[in-house]
Amino acid sequence: MISSYIIYVFLFLSLYFEVFLVITYLEKRKTIKTEYIIRKNDKWPSVDIVVPCFNESNTIIATIESLLRLDYPKDKLKIIVVDDGSIDNSLKTLKIFDTNPQIKIHHKENGGKYTALNFGIENSKADLIGCLDADSFVDKDALKNMLPYFENQKIMAVVPSIKVYDPKNVLQKMQRVEYSWGIFVRKILTYLNALHVTPGPFTIFRRKIFGDIGKYKHAHHTEDLEMALRMQKHNYKIANSHRSIVYTVTPNTVKTLYKQRRRWTYGFLRNAIDYKFLFFKKQYGNLSFFILPFAVTSIFSAIYLATNFIILNVNSIFEQIAKIKLVGISFTKIHFDFFYINTSLATIIAVISILASITLVLISIKLSEGKLKLKAELLYFLFLYPIIAPLWLFGAVFNTIFSNTITWR
Amino acid sequence: MNEREKTDWLKYLYTFVITALIFITAIYISDYFSNKKMAELKSMEDNMSLDILSSETQFSLLAEASCKNINDNTLSREVSQLGDKLSYTEEKIGANDPAFQNLKINYFLLEIKDYLLMKEISNRCKDRPVFILYFYSNKGSCTDCQNEGYVLTKLHEMYPQIRIYSFDYDFNIPTIETLKSIYEIENKLPAMFINGKTIYGLKTIDEIKKIIPETKIWDKEALASSTKVSI
Repeated sequence: MISSYIIYVFLFLSLYFEVFLVITYLEKRKTIKTEYIIRKNDKWPSVDIVVPCFNESNTIIATIESLLRLDYPKDKLKIIVVDDGSIDNSLKTLKIFDTNPQIKIHHKENGGKYTALNFGIENSKADLIGCLDADSFVDKDALKNMLPYFENQKIMAVVPSIKVYDPKNVLQKMQRVEYSWGIFVRKILTYLNALHVTPGPFTIFRRKIFGDIGKYKHAHHTEDLEMALRMQKHNYKIANSHRSIVYTVTPNTVKTLYKQRRRWTYGFLRNAIDYKFLFFKKQYGNLSFFILPFAVTSIFSAIYLATNFIILNVNSIFEQIAKIKLVGISFTKIHFDFFYINTSLATIIAVISILASITLVLISIKLSEGKLKLKAELLYFLFLYPIIAPLWLFGAVFNTIFSNTITWR
Repeated sequence: MNEREKTDWLKYLYTFVITALIFITAIYISDYFSNKKMAELKSMEDNMSLDILSSETQFSLLAEASCKNINDNTLSREVSQLGDKLSYTEEKIGANDPAFQNLKINYFLLEIKDYLLMKEISNRCKDRPVFILYFYSNKGSCTDCQNEGYVLTKLHEMYPQIRIYSFDYDFNIPTIETLKSIYEIENKLPAMFINGKTIYGLKTIDEIKKIIPETKIWDKEALASSTKVSI
C-alpha cells in the first residue's frame, strides 16, 4: 500500500514536470521562433576555440576541419588544440595543421580534460572563448548564430543545440531522439534561467567569466556541469542558441553508453552535493526550487519505478514458468473481455504521462529538425530507453553512496 | 553579477492545479471503470442466482420433465467465469474492499447452493457427476494454491463435466465454516474434496485424474467420437 502511494507521488511529480514544460513552451512558442535572429552590432568579436584532445586521432581532423569551415572572419577566429598527452596518433595526425595560421597546437602531459581546457584558456586573449570536444563537429553557422545573444551584456555563456552525428545502430538512433528531447528541455531551461550544464561541445563564454569565477575544475569528471553551477551560484546568465547546431559522436554499445551516462549522472549527483546550498534558496529562483530538486528526485523515482516494474514482471515470469511446467502451454482461444483491461489509477496516470511524453518528444523533434518526422527511432526511445536508463542511474547512485570514483572511460 | 528574474510562483500554482485536475480526472475514470466492473460482477451473480432458481424450479417439476432438460452447462460456465473475474478483481483492488467482500460472499453462497442442487439432481437422475470442492488461501504466500488454481482451470477446460467450486479457506463466513467442518478440511492448503476423499497439497492433472476414474471413460468417449468424425 505504501509502495502504491510512493508510485502515485512519483507519477504526480513526473506529470507536474511535463505540464510545466508544456505551459512554458506554449508561453514562449513565438519567442523561440524570433529570438536573437538579427545582430544589431556589426563588430565581430575575437573568438578562440579550445579543443582538448586525448586519443582522438579518429575524429580530431574532422573536428578541426568543421571549425575551419565556420562562417566567421578568419582573422577573428583561432583554434587552440591542446593535446593532453595522447598515446595514440593524435599528435602526429595534427601535424597537417602546423602551417595553418588559424590553428595553434599545444602538447602537455596528461592531466585530464579540465587541465587541457584551462591550458587553452590561459593561452587565449580573445573576447569570447569556446570549447569543443574532439569528437564533435560544428555546423558552419553555429558560431555566427550565437553572436546576437552576446549583444545582451547579461548573457555570459551561450550553449548550442547538440545532435547525434551519423547515427547507425539502434542505440545511436535512440540517442538521436534523446538529444532532440535535450534540445527542447535546454531551450525551456533557458527561459527559466535554470541551465545547469555548459556542454563540452561548443559552449562559448565571455572571457571575463574565467577571471571572475575561475577556470574549469576536476568536478568529478563533469567539469561542464560544475562550471554551469558555479555560474548559477554567481547569478551569471547562460543562454541557449537553438539554431547553433553541433554534432557529436555518441556511444554505439550498451557498455560505452552505460559508462558515459553513469559518469554524467554520478557527476551530477556529486556536484549537486557540492552545490547543495543552491537548493531551495529564493535568490536562485527556478533552478533552486524546481529544476535541481526535480532532477535529483527524477533519478530516484526512475530507479524506484523501474525496480517495481522489474519485480512485478519477474514475479509474473516466474508464475508463467510454474504454470507452463504444471499445465503446459495453453492454446485456448483468446477472448477479448474489457473486464481484464487494467484500469487502475496508476495505469491511467502512467498512460497519460506516456502520452504527454510522446507529445513533448514530438515537439522536441519539430524544434530540433524543423519539421515533424516520425521514424522508428521514436519507438526505440520510448521502449528501449526506459529499460536501459535505470541501469546507469542505479550504477551512479551506487557509486555516489559508496563514494566509488568513476573513471573517464 | 546580474539580478535574477523573479520566480513565477503563479505558474507553479497553475501547473499544480492542472496536474491535480488531470489526477482527479484519472481517479474519476479509474473509479468509473472499477464501478462498472463491480456492476458487471453483480449482474453476473444475479444471472447465476436466476439460473439456480430456474434449475431449482425445473428440479421441482422433475416428475413431469426429463432430466435432460436441466441446463447445467451454462451454470457451470457462469461459475467458472465469475470465479475468474472475482480473483482478477481481488488481485487488482485488494480483498478488503467492502463492496468486493459482499460480491465474494454472494459468490460462495451461490456456489454452495449450486453444489447442493446439482448433488440432488444427480441423485434423482441417477447421474454420477464429479464435484471438486477446492479450498485455497489468499493469506501470506500460498504459491501452491496459485499453482493448483492453474491445474484446476486446465482440468475444467479438459473436462467441462467436472464441477469445481473454489472457497477461500480464511474467508470468515458461517457457511464456509460449516462446509469446512462437514468435510473436515484441515488448514493444510491447498485442499480438495473429491469423490468423498480429502486431499492436501499441490496435485498435478495426472494425480487428480487418478482420483477421478470417470476421466478415463470421458477420454474413451472423446476418442471414439473423434474417430467417428475422422471416418
